[in-house]
Amino acid sequence: MTETVAQSTVADAKAPPDTMAWDSGLRRLMMIYLPLGCFVLILLFPFYWMAITSFKPNAELMNYRDNNPFWVSSPTLAHIKHLLFNTAYPQWLKTTMMVAIGSTTLSLIASTLAAYAIERLRFRGSPYVGLGIYLAYLVPPSILFIPLATVVVQFGLFDSPLALILVYPTFLVPFCTWLLIGYFKSIPYELEECALVDGATRLQILRRITLPLAVPGLISAGIFSFTLSWNEFIYALAFIQSGANKTVPVAILTELVTGDVYQWGALMAGSLLGSLPVAIFYSLFVDYYVSSLTGAVKE
Amino acid sequence: MSVTTLSSDALAQRQPNWIVRLFDYKPFLIAMCLAPALGLLTVFLTYPLGLGLWLAFTDTTIGRRGIFVGLENFQYLLTDPLWWNAVFYSVFYTAVATFGKFALGFWLALLLNNHFPFKSLLRAIVLLPWIVPTVLSALAFWWIYDPQFSIISYLLVDVLHWRSSNIDFLGSPWPARFSLIAANIWRGIPFVAISLLAGLQTISPSLYEAAMLDGASAWQRFRYITFPMMMPILAIVMTFSIIFTFTDFQLVYAITRGGPVNSTHLLATLAFQRGIAGGELGEGAAIAVSMIPFLVFATLFSYFGLARRKWQQGEAND
Repeated sequence: MTETVAQSTVADAKAPPDTMAWDSGLRRLMMIYLPLGCFVLILLFPFYWMAITSFKPNAELMNYRDNNPFWVSSPTLAHIKHLLFNTAYPQWLKTTMMVAIGSTTLSLIASTLAAYAIERLRFRGSPYVGLGIYLAYLVPPSILFIPLATVVVQFGLFDSPLALILVYPTFLVPFCTWLLIGYFKSIPYELEECALVDGATRLQILRRITLPLAVPGLISAGIFSFTLSWNEFIYALAFIQSGANKTVPVAILTELVTGDVYQWGALMAGSLLGSLPVAIFYSLFVDYYVSSLTGAVKE
Repeated sequence: MSVTTLSSDALAQRQPNWIVRLFDYKPFLIAMCLAPALGLLTVFLTYPLGLGLWLAFTDTTIGRRGIFVGLENFQYLLTDPLWWNAVFYSVFYTAVATFGKFALGFWLALLLNNHFPFKSLLRAIVLLPWIVPTVLSALAFWWIYDPQFSIISYLLVDVLHWRSSNIDFLGSPWPARFSLIAANIWRGIPFVAISLLAGLQTISPSLYEAAMLDGASAWQRFRYITFPMMMPILAIVMTFSIIFTFTDFQLVYAITRGGPVNSTHLLATLAFQRGIAGGELGEGAAIAVSMIPFLVFATLFSYFGLARRKWQQGEAND
């Protein structure tokens, strides 16, 4: 609230010289609204194209002479129907959901405890442990997937969604831990001291005082982990072989792309349906998401 | 709140449960709290990282334990034109895409930093390309780049009449390379823009007021206030962006799978092709390991960015 007030007064303060110099309505239109419009158009067009394609009948899809490609004149649900009833799509969605929820839960538990230990239990070397976890975030999956594939085989987890649930925390835990360390820092230490003086145990403090106050941080970390594990591709591609256990992104690319004639309608419908859960989830918690993204960068 | 804490504490004191006492013993508690995170990271990150380094020096294939072959894999890679090609394209892809993402993302952040209606809605919409699974938006790009039914070709040929024939986006090396870079930039802009927007909002408006009183032009305000103040955050975001662009896999794998004629292989896709699809785990691991020097370089870049930040803060604290 105070921020908006401050900003609006700044805008007022800024306005007179700018208007005198060169800021007219037209100028503002050309310098701000026009480029913004272009950005939004380009950033959203692929989604529009994805959506419109998935409702087009095949005849319209392959004929731009007689139909306006930007619109659909006789929308059809045939592609979505095909996807839901003739392929294992519901199964893929279920697997993806299970993997995403499983790995998110696991990472949240692990990183809450780790962040609490690093930030609040303060021991010798705790900054180094924090730094080590941060460095783990800089190790990209692309250099890990080959040795990890052999590790997964050694554990007998090849082709099992459980492998993904266990492996995804490698990129989720570092991020969540750093996010939560930031949140724990913002909780006044005095609250914990009071509880300590009252004789509460450390675990009671964590459960009754720190965690309830860190709920926004937990939500941000949870959303972030969920979307990241929903979107993960390379591990799922390397570790899962049988059609039924695949996650949505992998399954669409490997099971739906067959032959030389691509079923663009079905492919786009699959992409649309696969994007919807994260998009809906995201729209419910936009503010948490943005704050986690920017908070993690600022750390 | 305090009442419940007190009563349960009294309860704990009346029955001195050894488990409760153990969990209140600080070293034990610290170990317990760190165990899940460090355990997961050790087993599935540190160990595979070491194993990958070891595999790179062996001739392991799927189903057969390899023997130590020294630098043979790397010597082979140095003579392999495909590897050199992948190195070239990885560097080129990272350089062009990062430049594009930051130029456009910074511009978008500056635009979003203005005041206009529906700002938060717009900010939410702008992030969409970043949260949607990359492979799925890559599929949309694949369809947009279709040789016959590309909507871009349709616009240029049939609507604007700028060209006489369809563009063959993915059929020949250079157009395919630039098409992939365009898709990568499209996906990266939101992250850069939103992160930089957060940085822009932390710049104190009084700096701009002071500069305007001194008669600084809009460009000078950007050059001497916005840009230097944004340096630390730019360095961090850029490091992340470089690391994850250089090791990108999904976009290329989904759209071209390294084709046409292996011209768009990144190191990651080449490693996958050799290591998992081809079964030559040792060679794939060697390709993956060959990415590490580039990543170390990017991390050092971040380190010096951070060092600069501390120096700036020290000066601003007076």
